Order: sequence, then C-alpha cells, then structure tokens
Amino acid sequence: MKKRGLLNGIKVALLAAATALLLSGCDSSSMIVLDPKGPVGHTELKLIILSVVLCAIVVIPVLGILVYIILRYRDKPGNKAPYQPDWDDSKTLEVIWWGIPIVIIAILGVFTVKGIHTLTKPPVQNAKPITIQVTSLDWKWLFEYPEQGIATVNHVEIPAGVPVQFELMADGPMNSFWVPQLGGQEYTMPGMAMRLWLQADEPGTYFGSGANFTGKGFAHMRFDVVAKPQADFNKWVEKVKKTSPAMTTDTYANLKKKGLSDVKYFSSYPKDHFKKVLNKNGGQYMKMNDKKKDDSQFHEMKDMEDMSDMSEMDMDHN
Amino acid sequence: MIDKIKDFASHFFVTGDPLIYGADVSIGLSMVAIFFVLTYFKKWGWLWREWLTTVDHKKIGIMYIIASLLMLFRGGVDALLMRAQLALPNVHFLQSEHYNEIFTTHGTIMILFMAMPMMFGLFNIAVPLQIGARDVAYPFLNAFSFWMFFVGAMLFNLSFVIGGSPDAGWLAYPPLSELSGSPGVGENFYIWGIQLSGVGSLASGINFVVTILKMRAKGMKMMQMPLFTWSVFASCVTIIIAFPVLTVTLALLFIDRFAGGHFFTMLHGGNPMMYVNLIWMWGHPEVYIVVLPAFGVFSEVVSVFSKKRIFGYKSMVFSLMIISILSYFTWVHHFFTMGASANVNAFFAITTMAIAIPTGVKVFNWLFTMFRGRIRIEQPMLWTLGFIPTFLIGGATGVMLAVAPADYQYHNSYFLIAHFHQVLIGGVVFGYLAGIYYWWPKMFGFKLNVKLGLWAFWLWNIGFYVCFMPQYALGFMGMTRRVYTYGWDMGWGPLNLISSIGAVLMGIGFIFQVWQILYSIKYGERDTTGDPWDGHTLEWTIPSPAPEYNFAIEPIVKGQDDFWRMKKEGIVPMTKESEIKPIHMPRNSGIPFIMSWFWFIAGFGFTFGWTWMIVVGLLGVAGSMLARSFTKKLDYYIPVEEIKETEAKFGRLV
Ligand code: HEM
Ligand SMILES: [Cu+2]
Ligand SMILES: [Cu+2]
Repeated sequence: MKKRGLLNGIKVALLAAATALLLSGCDSSSMIVLDPKGPVGHTELKLIILSVVLCAIVVIPVLGILVYIILRYRDKPGNKAPYQPDWDDSKTLEVIWWGIPIVIIAILGVFTVKGIHTLTKPPVQNAKPITIQVTSLDWKWLFEYPEQGIATVNHVEIPAGVPVQFELMADGPMNSFWVPQLGGQEYTMPGMAMRLWLQADEPGTYFGSGANFTGKGFAHMRFDVVAKPQADFNKWVEKVKKTSPAMTTDTYANLKKKGLSDVKYFSSYPKDHFKKVLNKNGGQYMKMNDKKKDDSQFHEMKDMEDMSDMSEMDMDHN
Repeated sequence: MIDKIKDFASHFFVTGDPLIYGADVSIGLSMVAIFFVLTYFKKWGWLWREWLTTVDHKKIGIMYIIASLLMLFRGGVDALLMRAQLALPNVHFLQSEHYNEIFTTHGTIMILFMAMPMMFGLFNIAVPLQIGARDVAYPFLNAFSFWMFFVGAMLFNLSFVIGGSPDAGWLAYPPLSELSGSPGVGENFYIWGIQLSGVGSLASGINFVVTILKMRAKGMKMMQMPLFTWSVFASCVTIIIAFPVLTVTLALLFIDRFAGGHFFTMLHGGNPMMYVNLIWMWGHPEVYIVVLPAFGVFSEVVSVFSKKRIFGYKSMVFSLMIISILSYFTWVHHFFTMGASANVNAFFAITTMAIAIPTGVKVFNWLFTMFRGRIRIEQPMLWTLGFIPTFLIGGATGVMLAVAPADYQYHNSYFLIAHFHQVLIGGVVFGYLAGIYYWWPKMFGFKLNVKLGLWAFWLWNIGFYVCFMPQYALGFMGMTRRVYTYGWDMGWGPLNLISSIGAVLMGIGFIFQVWQILYSIKYGERDTTGDPWDGHTLEWTIPSPAPEYNFAIEPIVKGQDDFWRMKKEGIVPMTKESEIKPIHMPRNSGIPFIMSWFWFIAGFGFTFGWTWMIVVGLLGVAGSMLARSFTKKLDYYIPVEEIKETEAKFGRLV
C-alpha cells in the first residue's frame, strides 16, 4: 500500500511539474503559426481552429465516457452496475457512431476543400503582385527579384500589403520554403519551379526556414523576411543597387558549393539566371511556358496543359 | 602494402567518434560473452537444433520478439541520444552528420526492424493457435522469412561500425539519397537491409493469408474468427499489395546509385517526385499494416478482460477491411505541399479524413464492450486502457493534418513528429506490449510480475505525454523536424527540455520491463491451467507453453468465442486417449538460416559494390535452393505414445 502511495505521489508531482513548464514555455507570442500576419496564414489558422474544435467535440466526451465506464464497471465484489456479457449488438448505437464521425468529417471536408481553393488565388486582388524567385542551395537561400534586378542571400525584403508570388526551386536536394507567420510551406525541387503566394499585412520581421531535410547544414537554413512599406522597400532596393556587388556566374558557382553563408546582397545577377539553373537541373523536361506566367494557380507549376503528356507527372500536377 | 591496408581500413571501419568506439567495444565484448557462454555450457548443438533450424511457428515467434526487443533498445538509445542533443539550445553533444545518421537509423529501425518483427512475432504466436491449426501453411517459408528479416536487420545495423550509417532520413528522398547527395555506402546499407527483410515480410504476408484461409479448424467460418486473426488477415492483405512497391522503388533507387540510372533525378527525364509518390504508396499502407494487428490485440483484450463478447463484431471486421482498402488511397497526404493541384489535394484530404470514420467506430465498439461488463485491470488491459486516450488524441491530430491547407503549416514540423509518435507509440507499441503481456503465459508458461509491470506502465505513459505533448507546441513555434540544433532566440528551449525528460522516463520504463522479464523468469507466477486470463478463444484450451503439435486432437468449432461457449456449457477440453492419432509435422531445416546468411553476403557485396562477394552470396543462395529441392525427408510423424506422454504430463489425458 505504501509503495502505491509513493507511485501516485510521483505521478502527481511529475504532472504538476510538466504543466508548469509547459505553461512557461508557451507564451503565445512565440507560437508563430497561431499568430499569422497575412491573409494566407489567417485562412490556414481558421482551418486549424475549426479542426481543433470539431475534433474536441468528439474526443472530450469520449474521454469522459471512458473514465466513467472504467469506474463504473470495474470487476469489484459488490459492484451493482448491470452486467450483460452477451449484449454485443445494437443497431441504433452503431448507427449513431458511424453517423457522428461521418457528419463531422463531412463538415470538415467541406471547409477543407473550400480552403484549398481559396489558397489557389492570390491573396489580395487589387494590388499589383511582385515576384521573387527563390533557390534553395546547400545550405543557403538565394532570392532574386526579376523586376528589381537585385538578389540576396538568406534575407528577403518584401513590400507590406502587397501579394508576393514566390517562385521556388532547388539547386541541390529538395527543400521546403516556410515562413509560418505569412503562410504554409511549399517544396523547392531541382528542375521544377513551384509557386507560392504569400503576403504580409503589416511591416515586421518574420522567421523563415527550410523545412525539408537537406543534409549537414540543414539546421542553419534560416532567413528573415522583412516586410516594409512600399516606399521603404523601394529605398532598400535602390540602396542594394548602389552599394552591393554584382552576382556573376562565378559568384553563383561559389555560392552553390556546399557550405553556410552570411547574409549577402547583389546589385544584379546574370540575365535569365533562374531559368538557366532550372533547365540545367532538367527543367527543360518540364516544358516551361513563360507566357502563362500570370495564371493565378497557387501550389501549382507553370504549365499544366503541357505536362499532362508526361504520364508519371499526372499525379502531381494535374 | 601496409599503407594500403590502413587506408582501406580507415574507410571501411567508421572511426573518429568515441560513441562508435564505445559501440565497437560493447559489440565485441558481447560477442565474446555469447561465444563463451555457449561453449562453456555446451549449448551450440542445442542452439542449432532447437532454434536456428526450427520451423515451429511458436519458436519463430519468440525469436521475432527477442530480436524486436533488441531493436527497440537500439532505436530507443538513438532516440535518447537525439533528445539529449535537442534538450537545450546550442548543445554540442552530437555533430550534424551524426545526428542525421541517428534519426535515419532510429526511424528505419523502429518501423522496419522493431514494429514489423514484433508484429510477426505475435502473428506467429497467436494465429495458428487461435484458429486451431497445428502450424502455419508454409513452415519452411516461415523460418526463411524470419531469417531474412534477421539478416536484413543485421546488415542495416552493421553500417554503424562499418562503412557509415545512412543519413538521408528513413524514407531516403532523392536527390539527397542519390549518389550526388550521399556518396558513401550508407544509403546502400539502407537499401539492402530493407530489401532483404522486405522479402521476408512479403513471404510472411502470403503465408498468413493462406494460413487463415486454409488452415482453420473444422467448423470455423470466416465470420467466427477471433478479431486478432481478422486483423492479421487485413494486415497481410495490405502487406501483399504494398511491399512489392517498396521493393521496386528501392531497386530503382539502387540502379540510380549503382548503375547511373536516372529514374529519380530530373536529368534525362527522371523525377524525384515519382520516388516520393512510390515510397509513400508503400509507406502509408505500412502504418496501417503495423497498427491493424494492434487493433486486433485490443479487441481480444477488451473482450476478455471485460468478461463480455466484443461489441459489434461485424462492424469491427468491416472497419478493419475498409481501413485496409482506404489506406491505399491516402498517400499524397504526406506531400500536400509538393505542388499537386487543388483537386488532387482535395481528394486525398477527404480520403484521409475518411479513415477516421472506421477507426472512430472501433473506439466506440471497444468502449461499449466494456460497458455493462466487468473490467479486470490486468496488465494487457492496462496497456489497452492507456492506448485509448493516446490514440484518441493522436487520431484527432491526424484529422487535423488531413486538412490540407492546415498541413501546409504542420508539414515537416514538430507537430507532425508529435502526431506520428502518438499513434505509433500509443497505438502500435502499446498494442504489441499488450499482446506480449497477453500471450506471454502461452509462450513461456508463466505470468509477468505485476508490480514491476505497473511501474513500467506508468513510466511509459507519463513519459509519453511529457515527451510528445510539448512537441505539438514546438510545431506551432516553427520548429522543423530533423534539425540537430537551434539557438536561444526562438524560445524552443524549455519545451525541448521537458520533452527530453519525458524520453528519459520512457527509457526507464523500458528498463523496468527488462527487469520485469528477468525477475519473472525466476519468480513469475506459473500458469498451470493453460488459461490464466479466462480467455475466450482456442489458444487457451491447450496447455502453456503449447506443446509442439499445438492441439493433440484437432478442435471442431461451433461458433465465435468457442472456448467461452465451452466453459459456459461446462465442457472441459481434455484429450481422449482413444482419439489420438500420429501427428504429421514438418522437419527442422538449416537451409533457411544458411540461405539467408548467403543473402547477407550478397547484400554486403552489393552495398560495397564488390562483385566477387555478390557472386559468392548468390551462388550460396542458389546452392541452398538446390539443396532444398534435393532434400527427401521433409516431414515426420509424432508417434501416439509420445503425444500421450506429453498430454499426460499436462494432466489432460482421459
Ligand atoms: C520511445 C520513445 C521515442 C522517442 C523519444 C523518439 C524520438 C524521436 C526523435 C527525437 C526523432 C527525430 C525528430 C527529428 O529530429 O526530426 C524521431 C524520429 C522518428 N521516430 Fe521516434 N522516438 C521514439 C519512438 C519511436 C517509435 C516507437 C517509432 C516507430 C514505431 C518511431 C519512429 C520514428 C520515425 C519514423 C522518425 C522519423 C525519422 C526521420 O525523420 O527520418 N519513434 N523520434
Ligand atoms: Cu515537382
Ligand atoms: Cu499516411
């Protein structure tokens, strides 16, 4: 009996300690996924909350029922609760518990499908979007601004309130581009360009990282996304143009070597660089078509029609 | 010359890390110890006759379980090393390379060399007994399956000290796992370790499907089979369809690496996404392969320890089969963020959520089996009760992950890590532990100590929540999986520390289980009745441990839960002397063991690209097959006298 008490004591102490630490670890400001700063992140957060609520509707009562049943039907002498060993079938009950999950999943399913489609459109329709081309390298991020002509490494600045179309690829292993406060992630792959719409509603510095493992330096593939008012952004572009060196093919060759890198700025980069690297990695097999660039497909590659003839791609891109 | 050898050795053996030297020494010492003990006690002959050459499903089952517990230990040590490294920011305990190797081996070992063999162990121990059979359909193949798993696991583990471990993750995505991304032999070890054991898994899948279809006792209809047997059936059907996909996928990857193919590089028209699709076409069903039998265990345990019939038997069977079918149509949920179109993602989001429906139904049926029952909380039941809340939460977070747009945020984060450990530990590990506790007396003839078991249970359970609940929060804090270190700036420190403490508690729980086994071997309560839990199914009608022929007289079954019916009708299962006939049994064979080791040699040759060794290995394999085809004496009869003697010893003869 004494031993049992000890066991229980330890249990309680551990639980208490764990709760205390948990609470101390969770000040909400660091829960960046739950603190979105843009429309994409907001849409996703709404779905997260909806799914938590719907799941809780089932899980919490069931946990209650479990505790109740265990307490009530223990095999103790003198237990007066009914005992019906052969009662093993009830159509009504079974209909209920096939029904409840079906209804819940149906509701969640509808919202999920809606959410998926919402996110295929650019977040804000009235502002002119800007494009940033992202390349994941071993083990750094290269950002190229086709309209501004500048490039950066491990640091990206965007105008606040403007939808940003990120075009993603890898020159090396697959990675995944993730800026939790702006929205969910998307893979970067060699030879394939993917698109991800994100937008920051307010100026600020947002944490970004690679999410798909790429080897030795993976843990260090962090970058900051700095959102500023359009005017400040323009000024920043000017400054980079004036004060930074140019990125040449040699610079890129060095950058591509395995290793970490500091933040870097480049006033220019070779023409069509993104596309050339893409093709060098087999991008020509994807039959890219730049004319269709303005399609508003989120999570989708540039040219859907042309790809349908590549049978092995069907699953992914059609 | 000397220099050449030195140079070779320094590439061949993994050097430069004190942890690995430590492992070298302990591997060496334990080999010496095993060798010494076997020689000293003159046990080599016994080992060969009784174990290495056995085709008895019960012994094979025991070997599976021993091997899987060893692998649980290895995988668990890996887990603790990782949690030590992550406990605080900027820890310099493991280098990046080493951490990457460890999470890769941890994941691979836990799924393929711990969960799978523990599952096959339970199949072997319980299925033939539950359906009243004397053996599995193909006993020789069964032994071969075990040894192929075993050598595959050994080959994989060898990479730790020879050549270097794989480090591209447990699913080895290209291009990282291609020669360009992983030039060493690590990925080859991964490919061949899994290939060899995969052959064994596929063969076992076929073996048990046939066993269940063909070997049931007279009178046992499919819809009267115990639910564990049903779950094995569902799982094995899934194995038969899923494992060939794995084999082909890894073979293609090997061709890429070994022969310069481009199946999975973008150059020359290959595509890494094809690999990702293929590997998950196996990988997703795989998680159901391992969890369905756990559902089967829970169904048996809940009904026996509630002294009730299982609630909604037909629903249970139906949901098992639906899950096994649906599991093929959900694989894309592992890469919603890889550019599939809206409609594709929507389809796979819905199918994934749909799996929650039959799974939820099972939970309700278990609850209502307990309802109006009489619940005895013995050890198997304890683990079952521990499973339910864990699995409810894990299932709920699974549904959350299925919401594709939300998954863009969870994917590759610690939220995912928390989710799948919740279902894998709460569902699979707890389930198999429940199964092991449940059938332990049938295997060995004694029960495991309750007090030590309670400690183990609570340490595992509390440790589990302490370890994995904080990881959901870490996911929301932006922590991605597979990072070996992080800075103070993100505020991930405190939760990681808690998580690591939880991992240690689970480790201590495991130690209690080892202690429990060792203690109970000496002092455990002996099971003289053969029916220690008041069971419902046929395996409890025979003595513990089961005699080699299982049933002296083949049972004739009248319905579901037949033994329970007999008990109610006051029938005591006894062996009538007049009905005993000689029993036809398969003969032991050394060939599965020898042939598998030749496969090992070939696999090692493939790993290092040494043609001569490949040739030696494959010749050995061919020779073994030839030897088998010329073996004349494949079977024998146990004479009536011997059966009588055995049954009399158990006090069953009338
Ligand atoms: C017993 C306690 C366990 C602990 C403390 C633990 C801990 C961990 C940790 C720290 C990681 C690496 C996370 C990362 O860096 O991304 C991991 C990954 C993983 N674990 Fe566990 N684990 C445990 C048990 C299990 C079990 C029982 C299974 C399977 C049956 C399992 C399967 C996996 C898999 C598949 C991975 C992914 C490996 C990869 O990313 O390639 N773990 N675990
Ligand atoms: Cu792609
Ligand atoms: Cu899955």
